Amino acid sequence: MKTAHYRTIEGRSAGYYGLLGLLTVIVLAGLAAAHYMEVEGHHVTGMNNQIVWGTPHVFAVFLIVAASGALNVASVASVFGRAMYKPLARLSGLLAMTLLVGGLAILVLDLGRPDRLIVAMTYYNFKSIFAWNIFLYIGFLAVVVMYLWMMFERRMNQYSTTMGYVAFIWRLVLTTGTGSIFGFLVARQAYDAAIMAPMFIVMSFSFGTAVFLLVLMAAYRWTACTLGDAIVHRLKNLQGIFVAGTLYFVLAYHLTNLYAAEHHGIERFLLIDGGVYPTIFWTIQIVLGGLVPLALFYLPMFRRSRIWIGVGAALVIIGGLGQVYVIIIGGQAYPLMMFPGTEVSSNFFDGAVGTYTPSLPEIVLGVGGSAFAVLLTILALRVLPFLPRSLSDADLTTDGGPSAVADEIRSAQT
Amino acid sequence: MADNSNRLQPGRRQFLSKAAATATLLALAPGVRLVDLARARAEDEPVTAAVRWGMLIDTTKCAQGCDACVRACDTEFGLTTSDRPEIDAHYIRKLDIRDEHTGKTYSLPMLCQHCEHPPCVDVCPTGASFRRADGMVLVDKHTCIGCRYCMMACPYKARSFIHEELTTQLSHAPRGKGTVESCTFCAHRVDRGQMPACVESCAAEGHHAMVFGDVNDASSEIGKRVRQVPSRQVRADLNLNTAVRYEGL
Repeated sequence: MKTAHYRTIEGRSAGYYGLLGLLTVIVLAGLAAAHYMEVEGHHVTGMNNQIVWGTPHVFAVFLIVAASGALNVASVASVFGRAMYKPLARLSGLLAMTLLVGGLAILVLDLGRPDRLIVAMTYYNFKSIFAWNIFLYIGFLAVVVMYLWMMFERRMNQYSTTMGYVAFIWRLVLTTGTGSIFGFLVARQAYDAAIMAPMFIVMSFSFGTAVFLLVLMAAYRWTACTLGDAIVHRLKNLQGIFVAGTLYFVLAYHLTNLYAAEHHGIERFLLIDGGVYPTIFWTIQIVLGGLVPLALFYLPMFRRSRIWIGVGAALVIIGGLGQVYVIIIGGQAYPLMMFPGTEVSSNFFDGAVGTYTPSLPEIVLGVGGSAFAVLLTILALRVLPFLPRSLSDADLTTDGGPSAVADEIRSAQT
Repeated sequence: MADNSNRLQPGRRQFLSKAAATATLLALAPGVRLVDLARARAEDEPVTAAVRWGMLIDTTKCAQGCDACVRACDTEFGLTTSDRPEIDAHYIRKLDIRDEHTGKTYSLPMLCQHCEHPPCVDVCPTGASFRRADGMVLVDKHTCIGCRYCMMACPYKARSFIHEELTTQLSHAPRGKGTVESCTFCAHRVDRGQMPACVESCAAEGHHAMVFGDVNDASSEIGKRVRQVPSRQVRADLNLNTAVRYEGL
């Protein structure tokens, strides 16, 4: 097996500083938005007593889900023994951490009392999946730091596979926890479903791989280093499987609901007449985020093109944000069913569809947190050698040896 | 004469018997009153699970269009409305309900159901949402971080998040921007031996649709009623054993 050589990015170009500056501005704007929301109160947001979680939660949940998925590439190398992915494991670990930190920053800054973070760290109700998640998130960061250390430190390399297993199990538990935030909610028609946990795991595979692919392609393009077709095409194929897997879970969720009369209302709402939510579901989540990427990844006219693979990955991210939006906000917008078979009304909007329009501060906070994740990533890439010097086809080892690389290239070209 | 000296004069005897009766009455009255006041306890005495506060709402007596309970609650807790009704806090609200198939309409007050197994308490990460031993489900305003997970979890939409700076707080009802709140079953009143404000106002209006008391006490009014009259819990399928029950649904 070839030894991969790693490098830092030079980080002296105008492009690097420009990107750094732009991201810093977005992050500062996010902080300003959070400050504004805290000082003024949440009445300046689109959230209300019907839709209590809004756009910040969409970004936060997306990033947290993508974080655990970004670790896939490392897991494929260590747990599933695919040597070809090994050189990418460091970047995979880095993205897992930065995406999680970005998501958590949004979540914390959206709290009604972000100044009480210390309370959240010192008072625990262990029956709450939220409390569990605090440990799972912090533990995940610790596990990935250890994993990275074992990959970076030559003397510790021998333990990196074991640590890879620990990280893989931890990320599965973590995303089970994230999905269960919704799965455990008995009150609402859209949630209260055990499928939430595995669905979130598959969503994490998909979103995380999409972010990884884009970061990898951008990093190699902007540093003018070689990124071979073999690795890109393998990742693309993996991405395609995850997109299909996510679609399958969405199908199973809705089919199960459609079978039961008690869920016909919520299904009708999410799929047909719920206003913006069916539109987002069909156009953004299913078509743009699912079917179009699958076409781009597998149809002969697109599948060889890096540009189209990049577009496909970007669409997976957009579709993923749409999916989380429908789950979180669509799920809340549908009124609580306290008296099935009746029409209910009150001055507190009982029986009425919740109204919600994302406000600028919420969007800026969400985008700011995402920019924070990217900012941390590009800073880390400059400080520590996360990226292999070359990912050219010739420099990669596949599990089947050089001939497998050749096969990969051939299949990419046909 | 000696005999006469030991014999009580009629006037004196009358005085002593009246005095004794008054003394007995004075000695017993506070005890009688204590029983009346729904077993009020001293402020430094902890609440116990021997009591379970509950409410029985007779929907056949709840008048459509009457919102006396809501107004009483708003006054009791200093709840105000804003120019954006979606963010207003509601501890109790009137639901107007119409059966989709029969067209029958009715009305009832909806408030925190003070569940025995409250989903809001289960999901609260810091334990700010808690259940008192006597069944009241409350929010500790010092440890609520404003995550709103309890609002996602409540099947009754009983909780409100405070979206704006408040200036009209009352000393017995601490409230503040960025935290979640809901009906307290008027803990501050009940602990003093009074009835919740909504129950009192419903009776004052002459409807008597709400009965409050210790459901564990079979001799109390609510204790007797829940044992004699069919009543049901809203979302009984969730098996939360709510303290609020509805009659006539």
